[in-house]
Amino acid sequence: MLRIIAALTSGVVFGIGLALAGMLNPAKVVGFLDIFGVWDPSLAFVMIGGIAVNLIGLRVVLRREAPLLCDRFILPTATTIDRPLIIGSLIFGVGWGLAGLCPGPVISSLMLNPSDMVAFALVLVAGLMLGRWVAPKLA
Amino acid sequence: MIIAWENLTPLDSFIGGCLIGVAALLLMALKGRIMGVSGIIAGLFASNPTDERAWRFAFLLGAVLGPICLQTVTGQPVISQAVASGLQFYLAAFLVGVGTAIGAGCTSGHGICGLARLSPRSLVAVLAFMTSAVATVAVLKFV
Repeated sequence: MLRIIAALTSGVVFGIGLALAGMLNPAKVVGFLDIFGVWDPSLAFVMIGGIAVNLIGLRVVLRREAPLLCDRFILPTATTIDRPLIIGSLIFGVGWGLAGLCPGPVISSLMLNPSDMVAFALVLVAGLMLGRWVAPKLA
Repeated sequence: MIIAWENLTPLDSFIGGCLIGVAALLLMALKGRIMGVSGIIAGLFASNPTDERAWRFAFLLGAVLGPICLQTVTGQPVISQAVASGLQFYLAAFLVGVGTAIGAGCTSGHGICGLARLSPRSLVAVLAFMTSAVATVAVLKFV
């Protein structure tokens, strides 16, 4: 139960952060990506803030043997820079630029704007399923 | 390059970014997991045991409720202005899903958690998706 509350709390903080940051506004996201047009660099500060907190915080957290509520940390094990990583990320960027939406903000907009976002989320999940199936074939 | 001075929100964006960072740190400190939203969603639909699905669902539910809480507390609506509709909108959704699954992460997992862990893979992923996203926005202006 505590683990569920922990995940829920993290999600709430994440959603508030996205909203405050301006990440739930696709027009602002596209403004950030529009460096050759009229550029709004605000969202660079989202990355700076998010990374800074973890750069410092993770040093403390990962010094422990295990997380507080589970028996071990589960960190990514892949280290090679392979074709799926690059191809997949390039594809993701095209989608991000087309609508100004990445997965977190889609989820956090589900109740704010259900008429559009539920459909977007369903197609996104279908894409995730297909991508999972395709990824090993690209390696 | 022209800066959109009247749209700048550096302080709000920085505070929001710090909160996103705190959320990621909480998930790691308590649950030992990377806060990568595409991976969390994918794991919800994969053949995972119930408890593995439960925390993912709880996180995503929290992410849905967060902005609603903020709206209620501040009394201000969260601004959202769509830039795509129709085919472009759904193509975007599909590409975001396929791309993050193949590339094993999105803006949160690679962009925040991965970069903060100094992961070379995440750095390459971020450079790749930033480049294609900037290029896409630039190309759309000419269409």
